[in-house]
Amino acid sequence: MGNPVTGIGAAVVRREDARFITGAGRYTDDIRVEGQAYAVFVRSPYAHARIVEIDCAQASEIPGVVAILTGDDMQADGIGSLPCGWNVTQKDGTDMRVPPHPPLATGHVNYVGDPVAVVVAESLETARQAAEAVAVEFDELPPVVDLATAQVSAEIHAGITHNLAYEWELGDREATDAALAGAAHVTRLDLVNNRLIPNAMEPRAALGIHDAATGEHTLYTTSQNPHLARLILSAFVNVAPEHKLRIIAPDVGGGFGSKIFVYGEETTVIWAARRLRRPVKWTADRSESFLADAHGRDHLTHAELGLDAEGRFVALKVHTVANLGAYLSTFASAVPTYLYGTLLAGQYRTPCIHVEVHGVYTNTAPVDAYRGAGRPEATYVVERIVENAARETGRDPAELRRLNMIRPEDFPYQTPVALVYDTGNYEQSLDRALELADYRGFSERRRQSAANGRRRGIGFACYIEACGLAPSRLAISLGAGVGLYESGEVRFNPTGSVTVFTGTHSHGQGHETTFAQVVSHRLGVPFEAVEVVHGDTGRIEFGLGTYGSRSLAVGGSALVLAADKVIEKGRLIAAHLMESSPDNVDFEDGAYRLKDSNRSMTIQEVAFASYVPGNYPDGLEPGLSEKAFYDPENFTYPAGTHIAEVEVDEQTGVVSLVNFIAVDDFGRIVNPLVVHGQVHGGVAQGVGQALLEVGRYDATGQLLTGTMMDYCLPRADDLPDFVVDTTVTPCTHNPLGVKGCGEAGAIGSPAAVMNAVTDALGVPDLAMPATPEKVWRELRRQREQA
Amino acid sequence: MQITLSVNGRSHTLDVPENTLLVDIIRERLRLTGTHVGCDTSQCGACTVHMDGRAVKSCTVLAGQADGASITTIEGIGTVDALHPMQAAFRECHALQCGFCTPGMIMTAIDLVENTSQLDGSTVREGLKGNLCRCTGYHNIVKAVLSAADKA
Ligand code: FES
Ligand code: FES
Repeated sequence: MGNPVTGIGAAVVRREDARFITGAGRYTDDIRVEGQAYAVFVRSPYAHARIVEIDCAQASEIPGVVAILTGDDMQADGIGSLPCGWNVTQKDGTDMRVPPHPPLATGHVNYVGDPVAVVVAESLETARQAAEAVAVEFDELPPVVDLATAQVSAEIHAGITHNLAYEWELGDREATDAALAGAAHVTRLDLVNNRLIPNAMEPRAALGIHDAATGEHTLYTTSQNPHLARLILSAFVNVAPEHKLRIIAPDVGGGFGSKIFVYGEETTVIWAARRLRRPVKWTADRSESFLADAHGRDHLTHAELGLDAEGRFVALKVHTVANLGAYLSTFASAVPTYLYGTLLAGQYRTPCIHVEVHGVYTNTAPVDAYRGAGRPEATYVVERIVENAARETGRDPAELRRLNMIRPEDFPYQTPVALVYDTGNYEQSLDRALELADYRGFSERRRQSAANGRRRGIGFACYIEACGLAPSRLAISLGAGVGLYESGEVRFNPTGSVTVFTGTHSHGQGHETTFAQVVSHRLGVPFEAVEVVHGDTGRIEFGLGTYGSRSLAVGGSALVLAADKVIEKGRLIAAHLMESSPDNVDFEDGAYRLKDSNRSMTIQEVAFASYVPGNYPDGLEPGLSEKAFYDPENFTYPAGTHIAEVEVDEQTGVVSLVNFIAVDDFGRIVNPLVVHGQVHGGVAQGVGQALLEVGRYDATGQLLTGTMMDYCLPRADDLPDFVVDTTVTPCTHNPLGVKGCGEAGAIGSPAAVMNAVTDALGVPDLAMPATPEKVWRELRRQREQA
Repeated sequence: MQITLSVNGRSHTLDVPENTLLVDIIRERLRLTGTHVGCDTSQCGACTVHMDGRAVKSCTVLAGQADGASITTIEGIGTVDALHPMQAAFRECHALQCGFCTPGMIMTAIDLVENTSQLDGSTVREGLKGNLCRCTGYHNIVKAVLSAADKA
C-alpha cells in the first residue's frame, strides 16, 4: 500500500530544502579548516605551446607564498596521468589513441587555461598576486582550433596522426547504402551541434587535507561521484591508496555532467596538501570554469534519411566529427560513440542504420558528458532530419513520425544499432502532446502572428534516450573501465529509525527525499524515520555516482534489494518471536503477521529485538542492516514528445519561445514534484542550446565566450512557463519500474525548438543557437531575394 | 580601513583592506556562508543581499560603500522554525534544486515583492533576470514568487 502522503508517487516537498532556503547549505567553499592555505593556478594563455621555462623566483619572494609547484614536481612524486575510463575500439579493431594528460602540464600546453603551475599561499590575495608573478616562457606552436579541418592540420600530440582519437562505426554500412540507393526519397542534412559550457552555478572547488600521523588523505570536492573519483585517483593517478583516501562531496551546486570528471586541479590540491603538510583550498573563479571545466557537444554531422514511397524510413546514414578537445577527459570517448550512435534509431522502425564517428583532438578545452551526453546530439540528428523529410515530401510532421514509430506490440524491440528497447508507448505521448499543444489550432495562431509582424513556427521532437547506466557486463565489453552497478545499504538503528546509504550523489536531484520515500514505502516505516546518507567515501561502502539519469533506476533499485534483504531477515526473527515458522509470516505495511492468527509485530520491534538478541533464532547474526549491489539487466528507455512553438520578430530577428510542451514517459514516478522540476531544468538547458548558448574560440584558440557576459545562459525572461505531463509504461526490468528523468528535458528540446525556428523561417536548417543576429541575417537574405 | 556595519541586526566594526568586497566580508570575515559567489563579472546574483532594505549584488559593493549600512543576508530573514514567507513559498513550490542560487534568488524576490505593486508572470521574470539559476528553468521560482506575493 504505502503512505499516500509520503510514499512512492506522492508529491513530497523536499526535506533538503530546509538548509538551502535558510543559507545553511554546506558547499565545499563554505568549509574552512584550521591552517588552510589557498591555491591559485597559473594557466596557459596559449592554445598550443611548448613550455620553455617556469620562473618562480620573483613570485616565491612574495611574503606569504608557501610554495609554487609544477608538473615536474608532481611527476617526481609519482603522480600519474589522468586516465580516460572508456576504451573505444576503432573500426579497424585497434584501440583508440590517447595522449598523456598530466594534472599540471609538462612540456606542452594544449588549450587556453591548461594549468601549468599552482601557487599555494597564506591568503587567497597573496596566491593571486604570486600567480601573476610566475613567469612562464612559452614557445608558441600552431594551434588546431577548427573542427572541420582538424584532421588535416598539424599534429597536436606526438604520434597521434590526423589528430584522430578514433574512427568508430556501428551498424551495417552495406545494407544502409543499398537501402538508400533504392529509396524513393532521400533527405540530406548537414548539422552543427554547438559547443556548450555547462556552468553549474557552483564553481568547482576542492579542499585537501593530509594527516601525516595516520597517512589519511581527505578531499572535500564538488563531485557527482566521489567513489569513482577515489578509484581513479588511487588506481590510476597514484595519489594515495584507496583506503587512505577519503573523498567527501558535500552539498554540490549542480553538476550536469561537468562534475563527474577527475580534473587536474582537484588532483593537484590533494597532492599539494600532502607535500606541503598543509590543508590546501582551491575554488574556481567563474572565468576558470569557462576555460577549464569540460565542455559539451561540439559535433559536425552529415546525415541521410531514405524513405519509401509511402513515407516509411528505409535507412539512416550518419557521419559525425566529434570534438574531444585537447585531452581525453574521464568519459569523453564514450559520449559521441556508445551514448550517441546507439540512439540513432530514435522511436522509429528504421531497418538499416550506419554511423561513423571521428573523435578528434583540438587545442580547446576537453569535451565530455554534459546533460544528456550523446543523446541530445543523436536526437538532434534524427528529429531534425525526420522533420525535413516531412517537409520535403509534403507530409504532416506528426503523422510521418506516427507512421514510423515502434508500436507497443513491437517490444522488446531490437534496433539496428545494438540496443534492445524494453517497453514504451510512443504514440500515446505524441497524442497527449498534440492535444496539449492544440495542434489543430496552430494554423489560426500562425495567421494571427503574421498579422502582428511575426512568423510563427511549430516543431516536434519525439526523442528516446538510454539511461539507467548501465549493465556492467555490456558496458565493460564495450570498453568501460568500471562496472556501472550501484550499491546501497539499509540499516535499522536499534530504536527503529533507518539510515540509508547510497552510492549515488545528489547535487540538486533531491535524493534525500525521494530515496526516503522509496525505502519508507518498502519497509512500511514513517518517512520521517528514514535518513539518506550520500557523498562520502568514508561512510558509504561504494558507489558509481550520479549521471546518465541513473540514480533512481540503479541506485534506487539497490536500495530496494537491500530493503528486501532486511525484510527477509526480519521475517526469521519475527517468526521466532511469534513462535511460528517463516513461511507462516506475511510482511505488509511495516508489520509481520502470522497467516493463521492475528498476532503481529512491527518491523521496528523486530529491529530492536535484533540488537538485543536474548530470545533469538539460533545461528542468526544479530543486527538488522543489509547491503546490496544492483546491476541492471538493460538500459532504461525514457521517451516522449516535446513540442515547441516560437514567434520570430520580422524586424529584430528575436525568437520568442511562446509555448513548450513536454510529455515524457519515465516509467513509474516516485515524486512528481521532483520529476517536473527535472524536466523544467532540462528543457531550459536545451532551449539555451537552441537559442542562446555557444562556446566559441577564435582562430588562435582564445575562448571568446569566457564570461557570463559573452556566454548567454537562459535567464528568467528568456523562457515561458512550461507545460509538462507524463505517460507511464513501467520499465520491465528494475524493481521500481522507473526509467530516469534527469536528462530528457535537455535531450528533446533543442530539436523541437530548432524545428519550430526553421518552420517559422521556412529554411531547411539554421545552426544553433538561433540568436537574433543570425535570424535577422536570414530574414534579410530572404527579403533581398524576394 | 575601518568600517562599521550592521549585519542581520548585529553591529560589526572591522579592519579591512579598501578593495575588500562586501561578499568577502560576509563570507570570509563574518562566516555567513549562505551568501554565495557564482561569478566574477556581477552576472549571476548568487551573492544578492539586502543593503538598507534593497537587494544588491554584494560582489559589486566595496567595503567603504557598506560602511554604516544595514545588511541583511539569507541567514537574517527567517529560521527553519520561522521561515520568511518567501522561503516557505520556495519550498512549497519546489523552486530550488541544488540550492546554490537560492539565497540570492530569495533576497531578490523579497525585494521584488516589497517594491512592486502589481506582479504577474512577466514582471516577475523581468525582475528576476539578474539572478541565474541553472537547475530549475525558473518555472517554479516564478510560481513561488507569485505565491508569496499573493500572501503578502
Ligand atoms: S557573485 Fe555573481 S553577481 Fe555577485
Ligand atoms: S537551484 Fe541550482 S542553480 Fe538554482
